[in-house]
Amino acid sequence: MNDLFTYTLRLGDDALIAAQRTAEWIAAAPQLEEDVALGNIGLDQLGQARSLLQYAGQLEGAGRSEDDLAYFRDEREFTNVQLVELPNGDFAATMARLLYFATYQHLLYEELRGCADETLAGVAGKAVKEVAYHVDHATQWVLRLGDGTEESHRRMQAGLDAMWPYTAELFASDDLVRRLDVAVDPSTLEEEWLRRVTQVIEESTCSMPTSSYQHSGGRQGRHSEHLGYLLAELQHIARSHPGAQW
Amino acid sequence: MSGSGSLIEPLWEVFVRSRRGLSHVHVGSLHAPDATMALRNARDVYTRRQEGVSIWVVPAADITASSPDEKDEFFDPAGDKVYRHPTFYQVPEGVDHL
Amino acid sequence: MLALMDSFQATIDADGRIEPRDAMPEGYRKTLIRQIAQHAHSEIIGMQPEGNWISRTPSLRRKAILMAKVQDEAGHGLYLYAAAETLGVDRAELLDLLHAGKQKYSSIFNYPTLTWADIGAIGWLVDGAAIVNQVPLCRCSYGPYARAMVRVCKEESFHQRQGFEILHTLCNGTEAQKAMAQDALDRWWWPSLMMFGPPDASSTHSEQSMAWGIKRHSNDELRQRFVDMTVPQADVLGIRVPDDGLRYDEETGHYSFTQPDFTELYEVVKGNGPCNEQRLAHRVKAHEDGAWVREAAAAYAGKQAQKKASAA
Ligand SMILES: [Fe+2]
Ligand SMILES: [Fe+2]
Repeated sequence: MNDLFTYTLRLGDDALIAAQRTAEWIAAAPQLEEDVALGNIGLDQLGQARSLLQYAGQLEGAGRSEDDLAYFRDEREFTNVQLVELPNGDFAATMARLLYFATYQHLLYEELRGCADETLAGVAGKAVKEVAYHVDHATQWVLRLGDGTEESHRRMQAGLDAMWPYTAELFASDDLVRRLDVAVDPSTLEEEWLRRVTQVIEESTCSMPTSSYQHSGGRQGRHSEHLGYLLAELQHIARSHPGAQW
Repeated sequence: MSGSGSLIEPLWEVFVRSRRGLSHVHVGSLHAPDATMALRNARDVYTRRQEGVSIWVVPAADITASSPDEKDEFFDPAGDKVYRHPTFYQVPEGVDHL
Repeated sequence: MLALMDSFQATIDADGRIEPRDAMPEGYRKTLIRQIAQHAHSEIIGMQPEGNWISRTPSLRRKAILMAKVQDEAGHGLYLYAAAETLGVDRAELLDLLHAGKQKYSSIFNYPTLTWADIGAIGWLVDGAAIVNQVPLCRCSYGPYARAMVRVCKEESFHQRQGFEILHTLCNGTEAQKAMAQDALDRWWWPSLMMFGPPDASSTHSEQSMAWGIKRHSNDELRQRFVDMTVPQADVLGIRVPDDGLRYDEETGHYSFTQPDFTELYEVVKGNGPCNEQRLAHRVKAHEDGAWVREAAAAYAGKQAQKKASAA
């Protein structure tokens, strides 16, 4: 099996599913300015997904395009972490997830932009600036919600807690990332991630989540039930017209 | 409709420098709870197509503007100072770079 | 005061621009607030019929385009609310009026988007009609509105093109795709013609708005311009405009066409369109669900300001 293909696909799937969820906020955000902001973030994530899936298709060498990979694979073939497929929840939960995910992506892309694979390094170099903005956006909101009203504090804490059990999967190491030279072993990012996330959560007056149970399985295609519905919606038009151009 | 749903956030005026070497120009306004968010919102709303390299946000309430009632006293007196403009002066033929 | 009103009329007569703090007749101010607010509401309600397709676009390229487009519409809403606010109203008040059903938005957004081709039809016809309506507004007598429209119009041309491109691709695709495109044109043609408002003979606000330089062309003129522009494009697509009375008049250089059934427009305006309730309910829900977020942001800003003050 082509390791680099599998690795690139993982990164692409994370970005794609994240984009699909972020986009759900457009026309439903707490204020118009936030519709626009989340639109930008979703577009960044989608752009990363497209570059990565396109490249994955090339690496595989079977003639699959970004769309073939996005629209014509089933749940078990998707290798994103479960964190990104969870339903958005309220605005606090969405911002909690964005803080966790974008901080991880930022550390990852920072490493990856120096890797030996030119294409991956290029994608990472562009994406690192984008996700730095996502981290900032999430940080601003976690601070405001955490230290805003009683209700927002309660919701922020609940959001941080709800997403927490899905964060360990981001840093799970496996044979593939240890074997593959260009890959960043995500376990090396965890310490710095924890430091950064802790700093924001503490400043926001929330407490660090305490749950110790952590879900896993996304990288092996074992997902929550939510992904099936997400994919059904994402894929159904393309699948109703196999072979069609759009 | 709950009253709190209509909470009024402060209005900010947005100025964008479209590229280096040019002044910041007023482009519009937006609402934000504070300056930090105002700046970020301005980036998202007013520079989606690379329209800017630098942004100012100013609380609309902090702007002191000349009033249209004072228009005459304010601006008319400058009207007859034609000698402030280079076109006021005749330059003899053959004189360049002046 | 009288002298100031004279200067208002003189500015209008000289095709100059009225700026926010100028003296202006109350009717002018009210008309503008109503029109700009309605326009702003249309932009943000208009996010919904297309927004509900973002999750279902048949390709990732289309997803990126559609997200950017719907996001632009939010931006347009923002520019326009900002223009309305220069007239002394607050966006929050205007949103309350929208949510209470006391201010309107364009009826076109009360029609459902049933297939992917509808996304093409909206870009091509609805954004196309909007451009025809909006280009003259770039010269509107009220400066902030005119400037907002310049910004909006720049962004709209991408909207129309992407819509046309969607349909063009469908029309050159499979039989099923082509049928989808024709069906979309069949459903969106008449509502698009209604976007220009009632016929001149029964249009209530037009005359005064023309005199004030808010409106530059009559509803029927703009409708004609839209038909003249659109019919040849339909020919290029190879789909049929659903109007048996449509024909090109060599003498005038214009198409003659059948007027839409305006009783339908009045029904939709009254609230009886297919999606009126759904659109408003979605909008109200987003607003109410976001209330605690806006309150939190304000509370945080208050706390920070206090901290700063006590540190100083
Ligand atoms: Fe628009
Ligand atoms: Fe548009």
